[in-house]
Amino acid sequence: MTDQPLTKNIDMSRAPFDIGQYRQAQGYDAVLRMFKEMGPSDVLEMVKSSGLKGRGGAGFPTGLKWSFVPTGDDAPKTKYLVVNADEMEPGTFKDRLLLEGDPHLLLEGMLIAAYTIQASTAYIFLRGEYLQAEKLLRAAIAQAQGQGLLGKNIQGSGFDLEIILHTSAGRYICGEETALLNALEGKRANPRAKPPFPQVSGLWGKPTIVNNVETLCNLPGILRYGVDWYKGLGKGGDAGTKLCGVSGRVNNPGCWELALGTPIRELLEEKAGGMCAGYQLRGFLPGGGSTDFLLPEHLDLTLDYDVIGKAGSRLATGTMIVLDDQTCPVGMVGNLMRFFSHESCGWCTPCRDGLPWIDEIFQRLESGQGRVEDMQILTEHLEYLGPGRTFCALAPGAMAPLGSALRHFREDFDAHIHSGACPWRK
Amino acid sequence: MAKISVDGIEYEVNPANNLLQECLSQGLDLPYFCWHPCMGSVGACRQCAVKQYRNAEDKTGTVVMACMTPASDGSIISINDQQATDFRSHVIESLMISHPHDCPVCEEGGECHLQDMTQMSGHNYRRYDFKKVTHRNQNLGPFINHEMNRCIACYRCVRFYDDYAGGTDLATLGSHHHVYFGRHEEGTLENEFSGNLVEVCPTGVFTDKTFSAHYTRKWDLQTAPSICAGCGAGCNTTPGERYGTLRRIVNRYHHDLNGYFLCDRGRFGYEANNSSERVVTSLFRHTHDASGLRKSLTVVEAARQLSAMTNGEVIGIGSPRASLESNIALRQRVGPQNFYSGMSDAQSACMAQVLALLREPGLNCPDIRSLELSDCVVVVNEDITNTSARMALALRQATRNAATALAHSARIPLWQDAAVRELAQHSRSPLIIMSPQGTRLDDVASDTFLGSTAQQIALVEAITHALDSDYPAPATTSEISTKAANIAKTLCAAIRPSIVSGISAESVELIKATGNLARALHQYRQGQDQADSNVDLCFAMPEANTLGLALLVEEGGGLLSTALSILVSGKADAAIILENDLYRRAQTETVDAALAANTAVVVIDHLNNACNARAHLLLPAASMAEQGGTWVNYEGRAQHSYQVFQPEKAILAAYQWLALGDPAQGQGIHSDTLLQELAQEAASFAPLLSLLNSRTGIAALMKSPRQSHRYSGRTAMHANADVHESKQAQDPHSPLSFSMEGVMLQKDASLMSAAWAPGWNSNQAISKFQEEINGELKQGNKGVHLLTRRVERSAYCKIDNGAEQGSSKYFIDHLFGGEEISAVSPAIRARAVPAYACISKDMAESLNVQQHGLLRINAGSYSVELPVLVRDRIAGQCVGIYCANELSRANFSGTLHLEAVAQDSNVLASSRAMFSHLVINDALPRGN
Repeated sequence: MTDQPLTKNIDMSRAPFDIGQYRQAQGYDAVLRMFKEMGPSDVLEMVKSSGLKGRGGAGFPTGLKWSFVPTGDDAPKTKYLVVNADEMEPGTFKDRLLLEGDPHLLLEGMLIAAYTIQASTAYIFLRGEYLQAEKLLRAAIAQAQGQGLLGKNIQGSGFDLEIILHTSAGRYICGEETALLNALEGKRANPRAKPPFPQVSGLWGKPTIVNNVETLCNLPGILRYGVDWYKGLGKGGDAGTKLCGVSGRVNNPGCWELALGTPIRELLEEKAGGMCAGYQLRGFLPGGGSTDFLLPEHLDLTLDYDVIGKAGSRLATGTMIVLDDQTCPVGMVGNLMRFFSHESCGWCTPCRDGLPWIDEIFQRLESGQGRVEDMQILTEHLEYLGPGRTFCALAPGAMAPLGSALRHFREDFDAHIHSGACPWRK
Repeated sequence: MAKISVDGIEYEVNPANNLLQECLSQGLDLPYFCWHPCMGSVGACRQCAVKQYRNAEDKTGTVVMACMTPASDGSIISINDQQATDFRSHVIESLMISHPHDCPVCEEGGECHLQDMTQMSGHNYRRYDFKKVTHRNQNLGPFINHEMNRCIACYRCVRFYDDYAGGTDLATLGSHHHVYFGRHEEGTLENEFSGNLVEVCPTGVFTDKTFSAHYTRKWDLQTAPSICAGCGAGCNTTPGERYGTLRRIVNRYHHDLNGYFLCDRGRFGYEANNSSERVVTSLFRHTHDASGLRKSLTVVEAARQLSAMTNGEVIGIGSPRASLESNIALRQRVGPQNFYSGMSDAQSACMAQVLALLREPGLNCPDIRSLELSDCVVVVNEDITNTSARMALALRQATRNAATALAHSARIPLWQDAAVRELAQHSRSPLIIMSPQGTRLDDVASDTFLGSTAQQIALVEAITHALDSDYPAPATTSEISTKAANIAKTLCAAIRPSIVSGISAESVELIKATGNLARALHQYRQGQDQADSNVDLCFAMPEANTLGLALLVEEGGGLLSTALSILVSGKADAAIILENDLYRRAQTETVDAALAANTAVVVIDHLNNACNARAHLLLPAASMAEQGGTWVNYEGRAQHSYQVFQPEKAILAAYQWLALGDPAQGQGIHSDTLLQELAQEAASFAPLLSLLNSRTGIAALMKSPRQSHRYSGRTAMHANADVHESKQAQDPHSPLSFSMEGVMLQKDASLMSAAWAPGWNSNQAISKFQEEINGELKQGNKGVHLLTRRVERSAYCKIDNGAEQGSSKYFIDHLFGGEEISAVSPAIRARAVPAYACISKDMAESLNVQQHGLLRINAGSYSVELPVLVRDRIAGQCVGIYCANELSRANFSGTLHLEAVAQDSNVLASSRAMFSHLVINDALPRGN
């Protein structure tokens, strides 16, 4: 038993476990037992009751997602599992830890997921810049094939799985699961209309499950130690552990595995070592660049999907970006706006043409040329680019830091306009 | 049917459609860009947002995109809701942030969907005050202008060009607000339907380059409903004229035929009308004067000369590219016993066989819309893309019926265009293509067969045998038999199979064999208890009135070869040749002999050609747009095209020349009289009466103007020549007037030329004239069908598929330059290639001729040197001949002898340059 199922094998001071070391640490045991003792529907029930939620950002229950894949004789024979390893959310580096720290854990998780949905081909869609992860994954896949853990009729189970590693050409939008599928098919990485959802018509028009790296890495633990153990890991309403990261002016930026339900203060003050000397916490984005700012008053909230949701933000990727009192919030949000504007795929109007306008306004504000009317335009864009208005979640995600910054740091925007310069630029 | 509530009013709608389509069907105004009536929804532009409420108690509602939301029963929506209205005005505001302020100089201005939608969405003042995004434009060839700065990124262009029309050289490039729609490198847009970008683009990114060269605003164009003369499909068009020249052609919606799209020949071939090759004055020389010099005559002199020359024994040669009226007038003038077909003998023989099949019970002749619905198509020989392109576009859509079936089972509505395509990927309905060489449709074909005419006949017979064992098996290889069995199986599995061919092969046996196949399939389906056992069979026609002429000749008329021998023999005093270059129809030496004989030759035509250069009396005929006329398309559908504008005074419609009594009394005959008389005389033309009635019914009311209410300069446009206001031209022949006065038809589409409705200035105004989106036009006249099916089935035709000796020839067609009239248009000419021969690699090796080298072809006493195209996908032992607008197919009769011609590098270089803009699709078919 462990209370750190995701990172127990990880020690970044050494190379990750090869397959021998991984198996020595009881790796793949859960999979071998699964082949012997469990049918796909048993695994599905187990994952459903574990309460595992997707760790990619949206927090959708994993078992429920899988249950939408059509089964039975009428269902298409070909199905696909796709791993979303296109980690590009600003401030997020948690999947990288898993990919570089314990690649076999991901492969084991993929075997479990693919078996459950009966997919015999799985793709890993990897962020192109993750060169080290690519090298390690290729080696791990080859090792697993060598030991008969991938390929045809795995361990006599009658189940086949081929894993194909695809390195992305690099667009943030590829993290959107349907855009990822288009990119994988060799098309422009534009999101697809939903419905139909990928579970029904996904990669090459076939039923497809797209899961985040961290989500899949939770599966071996659940199978090995059981649902009760997994639920018991969480301290609050959510089950399991979560990789949480902190970046910004803290003493010890990094990424750790914490039980869900851990207070944010513990993450910031104990794990990240608190704010650097001379800096005060002004606010933070709790789950990457497309979440709403929380304030110091929220530090005692726990890392739970619902708790953070009620406070007006999202746990999302669980990687926190810290804003200190000596950094310009307008500059910080402007930087994000530039990123999101540049990463729009160009498909729908509000995102394609709204974000560049916001970006232009931020540049003008930062240069001290901002006007009072600009604030009106920014405010209007919050609804114009809001949820349901755009084709996918990119633009609404971009509006999260903008909207919350306008709520919490309005005086900083006004100061830029009235003083004709950025107050932080000396 | 479902009920939905829009702003408190209940409507009955079709729940299979989306809310945008149903709102537009109800006549409501809701702005949109990315949605297209026949390309469905993709949800990109976000312009059609409405408020949707969960139930009557829900007062908050949610903003949804109407195009992406099903019109399900009980839906409660609001177009006028403030939040939805505000959102729509935001969308248009941001669409416009980089749009140039060039409406006054933009060619789209005045018929711009973006202008209309901007007004509708209520965006007036610009707030965006940063630099606009700008782009470099590309030279896209002779048809299309490119002005990317106007782009609003609705993605319609690539969705039409790539997804719908199968193009490969227009793409979405770049990303975020830098998306760019163009080619990977500058160059001519290759797809045969590129011209539709002009109408598909909601603004002025893609505009008509030929129109630019003599630009006029839409409201300044005089227009009338017309028919395309480019082939026998019968597509409906709207030509526009100003200052006596034709300025452009745009699509005119026809539910059963062209729908929203035309091919590029039809759209850009119109400039022949304005060509310097036009015959503009009557020319005369005496029969005994061999000098070739002719003198000009006035209309009155010419008419008197015509009377004088033709009061003895006169024969008349008709024309498949002249109107029914002109052919009737000629036939009446010379008498049925002296009337001869203007088609080649081979074509005439083919048409007789085609007519028999079009009357055969158990078979349907599908209109173009029906072709799209076919779930299995077999194409026999005809290169449809190059002979009747609009039908080919329909066949491409037919291959998507497999996707339709998949979408039904996955419960994805068909209007979810991207979702259906993602689901279906490469699943396509069967399309089996037999031809002597690779064709443009091969990329969506499930199976192809490359073979000579005789080999294709053998395969068709083998399929027929597989369907009906009583049908004698042809002598063929086991490979062919296996292929035939597979094709037969595919045909049997189809719910709505279609067989498509044409007369390009000029082989009666091929048509007979194709007919036998259709009969056998019908018989099989009868045995299978199919709800509808009929089989779709159609033949593409090369010219606008091929079928009309064939029908007329059926009522009395002889073969062209007979007419030519009468000319040579001197048995007739004179011959009248109607709109026909006989050098395209018969062997050069035969035509030479006929025209050199002592018989007086009168030619009535509108373009100079080799034949009318030798006429003793040449009378200038009106072009398609300069006369009203009736045309019979490949289905036997007679449609009327209205005169768009009056030609120069010296030019008359051919039927006017022919029916001119005493020239002093002016242009006496009413064209309707000609049709009436024929309808009463010949049973097969009787339906023409209902076509005439539908027109007189309208004529009894007020005339409809050809000019818009905003037509400018009416009283001043000729002031440079004459300060007096000229008298308004009269039009006794139609219910239209050459005027801006009268009742502009807002709801009645039967005389609608330019689509125009309040708030809708672009061609997308067509939705206001449809019964429902994609439906029939309100009170629209779709023409009348002249052919009726016999009751009794006929027996199989006996096929004489004689063994071939040596190489077998086939004729190549090209959309650009292969048709006589459009070939004269400068834009089409820029895309055309001269005559050439096409052979396989093996044959090139055995003849010792290299790619682009010269080949001498001898046929009897005829001999010609042609540049060679060596192709991968061509049937072995076949030689393809492209005659362009220069050679006669009839010259290549009998056995061909081929030999390489010694060539130097200059020759090679020049023929290489000639082939450089020929788009050859040697892509392999996708297979089963």
